[in-house]
Amino acid sequence: MADNVWILGIHMTNFGKHRDKDTLDLGSEAVLGALGDAGVGMPDIGVMAAGNLIGNPGYGQLLQKQIGQTGIPVFNVSNACATGATALRVAIMAIKAGETDMGLAVGVEKLSGAGLLTGSAAKKQGSTWEREGRFGAVKDLDGLVGTETMPGVFAQIGMEYGHRYGGADFELFAGIAEKNHAHSTLNPKAAYQKRFTLEQIMNDVMIAYPNTRSMCSANCDGAAAAVVVSEAKLRTLSPEQQRRAVKISASVLTSDPWQEACQVLPDINTLTRQAAQQAYEQAGVGPEDLDLVELHDCFATAELVHYDNLGLCEPGNAVDFFKSGATWRDGRLPVNVSGGLESKGHPVSATGIANIWEVATHLRGEAGDRQIEGARVGLAHVIGLGSACGVHILEKAA
Amino acid sequence: MPTISLVDYLSIDDDGTPRLIAHECTTCGARYFDRRNACASCFAQEFRPAEVARDGILRAFTIVHFAAEGVPVPFVAGLVDCHGTSVRGNLVNVPPDPEHVSVGMKVRLTTVPVGSDESGVDAVGYAFEPVDREDA
Repeated sequence: MADNVWILGIHMTNFGKHRDKDTLDLGSEAVLGALGDAGVGMPDIGVMAAGNLIGNPGYGQLLQKQIGQTGIPVFNVSNACATGATALRVAIMAIKAGETDMGLAVGVEKLSGAGLLTGSAAKKQGSTWEREGRFGAVKDLDGLVGTETMPGVFAQIGMEYGHRYGGADFELFAGIAEKNHAHSTLNPKAAYQKRFTLEQIMNDVMIAYPNTRSMCSANCDGAAAAVVVSEAKLRTLSPEQQRRAVKISASVLTSDPWQEACQVLPDINTLTRQAAQQAYEQAGVGPEDLDLVELHDCFATAELVHYDNLGLCEPGNAVDFFKSGATWRDGRLPVNVSGGLESKGHPVSATGIANIWEVATHLRGEAGDRQIEGARVGLAHVIGLGSACGVHILEKAA
Repeated sequence: MPTISLVDYLSIDDDGTPRLIAHECTTCGARYFDRRNACASCFAQEFRPAEVARDGILRAFTIVHFAAEGVPVPFVAGLVDCHGTSVRGNLVNVPPDPEHVSVGMKVRLTTVPVGSDESGVDAVGYAFEPVDREDA
């Protein structure tokens, strides 16, 4: 078993509109913040992994040109909404492989005003029908054969859970958004910090039933970065660095195993279940040991199914689990105390590191007004449709 | 009037009956609607055509109110379990509201007009519609 890997420093920018900052400004702020938090500098870093989906494919090198060119390998990664978690996983793997003892991961996105993220823009139609693509389609299929919009895809995923187990209605899904928006009022870094009533959420603009606008993740700008270190190296650093370091007890990335229907409607369940199971085994902890969870609530309908997928409740029992109040910040297992993607915001490539920052900040006891008291173990989960699932379990330094 | 089906996997009889023809893996039976290179489930490379049942149960749906430019809204998009084969499609001939659409409802395959090109060929797509109680 390879050496443990620890988070030495981590930082996220404020999420929201950053009109005067480009992706390099935001990425620099995140990396310099993480290096400062870690008490190290670019010369200490042996590997860098970077993610930026909507921008330059060589983002990592461009960022180096702003913050420090030291000749280290750069891995530019792309894994949809799991891009940040993938970058972190690459840095962790490099350390576990013994190639270096300190690595850097960064994810950044500028998404303010991006509007609805649809599957594909309509293509120009010729004067006569011609078959194209792997379905031999004569016309774009989005809207003709189901929907490719993200709110619509994730709406169906939530509705399917309701079909299987019952009880998942519009009001229940809206209640999940109510919780996350309420949580966001304590998070100064969240893009939106406004509480909404259940009625306001249900009467908001309908995007894809049952997801109204305030039940959808918020497009915004932001970046997050982490410095990770081998346990052997950590033991050579100062007592203060060791005290604030956060142990990565599990780092897992999965893709879709084949299931009936998985190529018809994305299956975000199976790969999350497998990632969670592997993570609990790696960490030697179970869901009952968790003090807080940040999970991928890209839509209110998605949060519900992940209660079940991550084993936070009994199988099929996510509706009752939510209704018990367990996932509110004063409940038995607080979920998305950051406000989640619905209010904190979802700058895609930053998300999979920002959720780690949130958990790590609670484990360090530095979460201010929204601190979950006595938090010792936390889990961060992210899904990139297609799919990629990242699960990390973090533990407070002993 | 000459017609063309919207997608390769949709076949329409002379009397207008729509049929969905999947690529079925000859080794494990997994079904696919796209052009295949190999089976994602068992990695075999041989497929046979297999007709999908023309009726099923609506397993999931959404009512899309915001879509890409040019896509008429609102519409009902869904996932239909056609006796063990999952099919993506819209639900038509029903008001697009949650009072009239529910998971678990029985539906059947039907055709929808997609438009015609400059040479007058009509493209025909597929969708699902509720099965009336008296028909069931």
